[in-house]
Amino acid sequence: MTTRAWLLSDTPASRRQAVWGRRYQGWLALKRNPLAVAGLVIVLLMLAMAAAAPILATHDPGAQNLANRLQPPSAAHWFGTDELGRDVWSRVLFGGRLTLGMVVAVVALVAPIGLILGAVAGYAGGWLDRVLMRVTDVFLAFPRLILALAFVAAMKPGVESAVIAIALTAWPPYARLARAETLMVRNADYIAAVRLTGASGARIVLRHVLPMCLGSLVVRVTLDMSSIILTAAGLGFLGLGAQPPLAEWGTMIATGRRFILEQWWVPLVPGVAIFLISLAFNLLGDGLRDVLDPKQR
Amino acid sequence: MITAEALHVRFGAVHAVRGVSLRVDPGESFGLVGESGSGKSTVLRALAGLTPVSEGRLVIDGQDLARGRDRAFFRKVQMVFQDPYGSLHPRQTIDRILAEPLLVHGLPEARIARALEEVALSPALRYRFPHQLSGGQRQRVAIARALIADPSVLLLDEPTSALDVSVQAEVLNLLADIRAARQLTFILVSHNLPVVAHLCGRIAVMQGGQIVETLDEASLRAGIASHPHTRELIALSRDLEGA
Amino acid sequence: MSQPLVTIDDLHVDFPGRNGWQPAVRGVSLNLGREKLAIVGESGSGKSVTGRALMRLLPPAARVRAAALRFDGIDVLNAPERRMRDLRGGRIGLILQDPKYALNPVMTAGQQIAEALRAHQRIGRREAAERAITLLEQVQIRDPGRVARAYPHELSGGMGQRVMIAMMLAPGPDLLIADEPTSALDASVQAEILRLLDELVEQRGMALILISHDLPLVSRFCDKVVVMVGGRVVEQLAARDLAQASHPYTRGLLDCLPSLTHPRARLPVLTRDPAWFA
Repeated sequence: MTTRAWLLSDTPASRRQAVWGRRYQGWLALKRNPLAVAGLVIVLLMLAMAAAAPILATHDPGAQNLANRLQPPSAAHWFGTDELGRDVWSRVLFGGRLTLGMVVAVVALVAPIGLILGAVAGYAGGWLDRVLMRVTDVFLAFPRLILALAFVAAMKPGVESAVIAIALTAWPPYARLARAETLMVRNADYIAAVRLTGASGARIVLRHVLPMCLGSLVVRVTLDMSSIILTAAGLGFLGLGAQPPLAEWGTMIATGRRFILEQWWVPLVPGVAIFLISLAFNLLGDGLRDVLDPKQR
Repeated sequence: MITAEALHVRFGAVHAVRGVSLRVDPGESFGLVGESGSGKSTVLRALAGLTPVSEGRLVIDGQDLARGRDRAFFRKVQMVFQDPYGSLHPRQTIDRILAEPLLVHGLPEARIARALEEVALSPALRYRFPHQLSGGQRQRVAIARALIADPSVLLLDEPTSALDVSVQAEVLNLLADIRAARQLTFILVSHNLPVVAHLCGRIAVMQGGQIVETLDEASLRAGIASHPHTRELIALSRDLEGA
Repeated sequence: MSQPLVTIDDLHVDFPGRNGWQPAVRGVSLNLGREKLAIVGESGSGKSVTGRALMRLLPPAARVRAAALRFDGIDVLNAPERRMRDLRGGRIGLILQDPKYALNPVMTAGQQIAEALRAHQRIGRREAAERAITLLEQVQIRDPGRVARAYPHELSGGMGQRVMIAMMLAPGPDLLIADEPTSALDASVQAEILRLLDELVEQRGMALILISHDLPLVSRFCDKVVVMVGGRVVEQLAARDLAQASHPYTRGLLDCLPSLTHPRARLPVLTRDPAWFA
């Protein structure tokens, strides 16, 4: 029996076979969606390029050459040079490391926290729900950038502080979303049936309620990617995020904005990078949501 | 086995159950009939602990439920819901759904295959999702889940009213067989008099949150009832049967 | 009978599936005059799809083919969409299973009926509101003024279904299609609603297609019964001859019901002949 036949078997003989079969079918479903595949390819490509930045870069991203500032794209400088004569191509590559790293770190912090807080609040109800949701409202009431600014100002400026600050401001919408989804399923008979097995509240929330919130969360996360990058840029622009001479996409746009009419390549290149990665995450997220829901297959 | 004394359930301003008392002996099959809003399902959910009791006492197998329900309670008492589309987790396979009670109670997973066999489901369905099954198959899964930890009491909330009539017959036969084989105590809630009469020896008729009359199967079938609401329900059923 | 109101000849409906077209209705033919017809079958028998095909209410992905599909001489298969809109709700009314989902939750019952009236007739707001009350009286609601001002969630299931019927009666249709109109209701209310439909159809000389899974129930209210299984009609007979049904499926459906007056230790189980689905 070929691996494919084993994976696609209608009557799996073991749980392991069923799980792998399901994963394979999920992969096949994802493959059938060309937009999702495009998203996946772009995400993987950009991650690979960021990882291989030292090999792919043609110049030192921090090396200044004031005699060579604001040069248009050429053979020596593929994407031109910025206001300090640094090579934009190399800076975009190294900036990718920082930007993508920050995005991934923020999402890895925010998604589980928001998800668990929201699901616990929604499932428990009562005073716990009220307390958690008021806290969420307090965070939601502040404009994102201002709250992040306050946090970074309290800590020392830098990439780590920026990540924590953005995470602190980004979780409330996830908690809200997870709570709304939880409220929809908490009174369902299938949750009642799990309660009747004698399972603990934590088990019910983690194993039975959370999976129902995942689909919309994935979409929300992918929609949020670009806004996280822009908040990071905002912090960087104010000198509170990535510190010069570190390259970071948001900061690169912020400083390159002044040259948008004459030396358009300076802000355009990192802008295109942000646009591409946001779009790719979006497409991938949409595809993933469909794959996560067994009914869609 | 099961005793309820002066049970009251209130949802905010709605007084859904107003002083229901009942006694069900071990191995008995007890029916609760009534129209929608009569409070019959609420009584059942209160027994299972899914709905908080406002007043009154519930005792199951000598255990006073006012002190809460422990894991042993949930091994003893299980429930089958009306809608087999809503009572199975849409993102879990049948295997996972049946494994859940086993994991909670620390029982061997070999029981899954046995449970599927008991409700006459093909082992090929084990790794399917609920939406890939028919209504009757899903209700069989729900019954298998209820039975998998060997309960002694089965609470049945309109277990066949969402099913086609031919599937209803199969599920009713299955429930009768299981009860005989396992000496189970049943409480069956239904609006359908013939279904209740088919499965239950003693039947309580509910109206407006109260039990208006309790009678045995023979009296129900013979139409010997004292309360006007019971007589009305019997007349209606007979009328539909063309008798 | 002169010209039948509804002619369905060799109707096929397929839905796109994973492995090509999945047939839902496979060659249904029936004629309907101004009479009451019950289409009985279990889930997946194609009974609802047949009813919807007649109103062209199926999702666009569905493939509908028929030798003829006519309502009062109108070719439903090829009629322009404008014409269909006049038919739907105007000349053919559709009553669904659960009024909770079929009524608009943010409009009062009276407003919804008035809107149904104004959609098909040129009448003023005030007149529509008055006619709505009259219609509520006709569906035997005791306090039509109060019900007209009530929102759907304030009505019981039976009351909601009456409002739904009043709404469908508003433009004075020739045909009423009721798709499981009572399966969400209590037995006592069920009988009342069916009796009401029965009377209204008689009074107004309408035709009725009652789609249901409950064979004994509908046979009491209809003239003709059509039994469907696997997308085909397996038996067509006058309702009063139901006891003489010959097809094993019809017999099985009647047999497998538990009875209050005739107790049986075991219920006979319907054995499905694969030939019915082939």
